[in-house]
Amino acid sequence: MNKTMSLEISVEALIAGDRAEFARLVDVYSSPIYRLGLRMLGTPQDAEDVLQNTFLNVLTHLSTFEGRSSLSTWFYRIAANEALMLIRKKKPEINLDDAQAGDNDEDLLPTQFTDWSALPEDELLSGEGKKILDTAIQTLPESMRIVFLLRDVEGLSIKETANALNLTETNVKTRLLRARMFLREQLSTYHGERFIREE
Amino acid sequence: MTNHAHTNCEELLSSLSAYIDGDLGPELCQELEKHLAGCDNCRVVLNTTRRTLDLVHTPLEKTDLPEDVRERLFKRLNLDDYLSQKS
Repeated sequence: MNKTMSLEISVEALIAGDRAEFARLVDVYSSPIYRLGLRMLGTPQDAEDVLQNTFLNVLTHLSTFEGRSSLSTWFYRIAANEALMLIRKKKPEINLDDAQAGDNDEDLLPTQFTDWSALPEDELLSGEGKKILDTAIQTLPESMRIVFLLRDVEGLSIKETANALNLTETNVKTRLLRARMFLREQLSTYHGERFIREE
Repeated sequence: MTNHAHTNCEELLSSLSAYIDGDLGPELCQELEKHLAGCDNCRVVLNTTRRTLDLVHTPLEKTDLPEDVRERLFKRLNLDDYLSQKS
């Protein structure tokens, strides 16, 4: 998100019903919210539902925004709730509320030790490389993925992520560490083999 | 950790994420760096985790909102008259 633009949004104008300001707000936040929906639900249609429901909710609850968190954190909280609600509806078997989700120590242990980090970026992000990264992110359990997306993709701080998801900072850090280790392991399996072949 | 001669890798690994974010206290930071200097495997884990995050942050990873999705959103929010005024 463009933070300068989001800073320029006037909460007072929004609460007063300024439609032009609301349209600006929509343009500032719609791409990151759509992206979040796409990565959480996996289909453009579901991402669009998350996007529309988020803004309809924002519109309904704007007058109750008290400014205890930043506008963007408040926004992400609504969007994350929408995404998680849709997941609950579509995949009721998934337990999103498990505070221990992803806390299994075995998830953390690396098994791949080839240093592929010096491979050039265009090689790492070639068609197949990008697909591997996307698939790895999609494979993360939902409770870890939402933390990873807010913190590492959208750039929220640990505190903002914790506020947006109603989690403790410790829980956010734990899930983030496991998500990062999981992705590293997945990418290392793929790029490590290529690196060894090319050597 | 497999193929690993050190006993405290696992414990230090739990600090890796905070180290990458620059959120690790000075004492633990020093301890981790001392360990990294002598442990090839942990150094690889650090380098490849950083690289993984670099890849996630590349502009290629940013998906912009498709124009038709924006149009439907504005209509749903009764903001049709602002459709042409993209910021």
